Amino acid sequence: MAEQVAKRQVNVPLMADLAARGEQPEVLFWVGCAGAFDDRYKRVTRAFVRILEHVGVKYAVLGMEESCTGDPAKRAGNEFLFQMQAMQNITTLDGYGIKTIVTACPHCFNTIKNEYPALGGNYEVIHHSTFLQQLINDGRVKVQGGESFKGRRITFHDSCYLGRANDIYEAPREVLAALDADLVEMKRSKANGLCCGAGGAQMWKEPEPGKKDINIERTEEALATLDGNAAALENLYGVESGNEGATPSKGNGNGIIAVGCPFCMTMMSDGVKNKERESSVQVFDLAELVASAEGLNA
Amino acid sequence: MHTILPTHHSPPTVVQQILFLLVAALGIGLFAWQVRKIRANILKGKDRVMGGPISERINKTLLVAFGQQKMFKRITPALLHLVVYVGFLVINIEVIEIMIDGIFGTHRALSFMGPVYDVLMATNEILGALVIATVVALWWRRNRSQPVRRFTGVEMRAWPRLDANVILYVEVILMAALFTMNTADLKLHQLEGVDLPGSFPISSLLVGLFPENAGALHVLERVGWWLHILGILAFLNYLPSSKHFHIIMAFPNVYYTRLVPQGQFSNVDSITHEVKAMMDPSYQVPAGPVDADGNPVVQRFGAKDADDLSWLNLLNAYSCTECGRCTSVCPANITGKLLSPRKIIMDTRDRIEEKYESPLIFKPNKYNGEIGAESEDGSLVRGKVTPEELWACTTCNACVEACPVNINPLDSIIEMRRYLVLEESAAPHSLNVMFSNIENNGAPWAFSPSDRFNWADELYVAEKQSVATA
Repeated sequence: MAEQVAKRQVNVPLMADLAARGEQPEVLFWVGCAGAFDDRYKRVTRAFVRILEHVGVKYAVLGMEESCTGDPAKRAGNEFLFQMQAMQNITTLDGYGIKTIVTACPHCFNTIKNEYPALGGNYEVIHHSTFLQQLINDGRVKVQGGESFKGRRITFHDSCYLGRANDIYEAPREVLAALDADLVEMKRSKANGLCCGAGGAQMWKEPEPGKKDINIERTEEALATLDGNAAALENLYGVESGNEGATPSKGNGNGIIAVGCPFCMTMMSDGVKNKERESSVQVFDLAELVASAEGLNA
Repeated sequence: MHTILPTHHSPPTVVQQILFLLVAALGIGLFAWQVRKIRANILKGKDRVMGGPISERINKTLLVAFGQQKMFKRITPALLHLVVYVGFLVINIEVIEIMIDGIFGTHRALSFMGPVYDVLMATNEILGALVIATVVALWWRRNRSQPVRRFTGVEMRAWPRLDANVILYVEVILMAALFTMNTADLKLHQLEGVDLPGSFPISSLLVGLFPENAGALHVLERVGWWLHILGILAFLNYLPSSKHFHIIMAFPNVYYTRLVPQGQFSNVDSITHEVKAMMDPSYQVPAGPVDADGNPVVQRFGAKDADDLSWLNLLNAYSCTECGRCTSVCPANITGKLLSPRKIIMDTRDRIEEKYESPLIFKPNKYNGEIGAESEDGSLVRGKVTPEELWACTTCNACVEACPVNINPLDSIIEMRRYLVLEESAAPHSLNVMFSNIENNGAPWAFSPSDRFNWADELYVAEKQSVATA
């Protein structure tokens, strides 16, 4: 016997089709607007679907029936628009009798998990970092057979809406630990993590005037951590809060900034571009790393 | 109570006793009056229903307020603060003795405890010396040419800076009074060849500095005693005007911490009713609040002024000790934006005291020329807090996480954003574009909803298949 790799086309199952057949999925994959429309994050959505297909979880997506959770509206103060979106989504979800939702977006995760119940929407909501951790722990994903990350330097950037907002710090780190990579922590991590700058609807507006963009401050920290550039880190923390112009040295091979949020992805990727470090540092979502390590890309 | 009453030493005379009772009653009464007024100010805030188990609240209070759990994120200030905090708690046992002595005309009424009294007095003396040393370090952190960064910032104007130093000076004066009293008392007893109950490791080092004259020593002992108790009563009445009020407010403030995940923002109930009525015409909207005449009260969405915030936000404002941990971790502030969570909280307190009769003997605003001029009759939003500050927030919760007494500046910021958006339609243009995208396309970007499922096109997954080999 030998192994041969074949590629299979995926027909992503729509909830409407399952319902028409009288079937229920184990989980509903909530794709989110970034996952559906943002070119970079669509690759994360596709990677996560490959994992779902690979392990044979019975899943479905809402497709065109999905609508914004209302998170950016709520954080920007538009409570009316938020509740309109929430009610509409709750009607859709309850119409299909959805019980369990998995999503790759911490903002969707937080909103559906914490803010929908008061409006009548009660679901078990799982962030994909927790979901992936469970698949790895259960041995359903072996994180081998594909690209090897052994010894690669990876630093995980905590998303505010996963970390401080919902106290999920270990799941993404356990997923990364399974890659057998060289995991390095930024000084500002976990509960003390620094925001990428996109939360609270900042994603859709220009920042207020200041000395520096937040994603640059955070990217400099990530790069200096990956480089092991103590001087640059010192520069970054030289004073008790913030500083200017820490420029990490180049080199030290290909590092990875791992994220678990579409907005962090945009902000950190922009930061790496701004620092002209795309050739040596890449930004990946957890699902992409797992799908690559498992050899699921086709 | 005590067995060794020094012959030279007359206990406080009846005049002193009466004087003491008057001063103590006045000091405590005035403090109670100030606290009542502050309570009334806090209750100007909107109602907020507090859920969650009481056991969890008590746990949090013990850990975060009493146990100072969150202070230990930064070890140096945590240890310095711990010394002053423990000093405050333990030395106040001696204040009980001072009160008893003052009322009953006794001298060192607790000395009957014997060895326990020795330990207590020795502990007090050592803590007192440590407090003085610590206060010097704290003063240096604030007043050196390049102070600790979080002690600077636009909101740290004349009054907050003075206030912080006044607290340190008062602490030194109180400790000095304690040592004056003990040293003079000790030396008096030494001159008489009588044992003073208690053990005084620091004062016994200082006796050489004091005069050999029994009369002068007696005066010094009285001066120390009166300065200590008058200082404490004066300080007590200074607290309501000061950031130092946190020594009391930290406890209720931590007790009333929101017990939900930090990412969970409050829902506006009146909007829920409206939205439900829109989606289901048969939905019965419950009657809203009415005024004294039975007319419905028109409630503002969000917060324009300090009293549009909830009582919890106002409780937060009175619990703030202006340490700046929130601002020092704020990503917007770090990168030079105007937003400072500490300023939001300080502005709220200033505004509620400006709007309602300030309950305080001192009117801190008077020391803040700039603030008073800027918001003579303005509201919290625009009068003190600018929209630019509010829009710079990333809602990252770093400030909430950082606060040692669980103040939530983010909650206030969102209430003020709600006012700007729902009452004034004053969101930045790009956010209005985002809102209309969500309304029209169901996504914050201008993509067609019909393209929402395009990501699934041409999607392949690699599969390993076992094949038979020859």
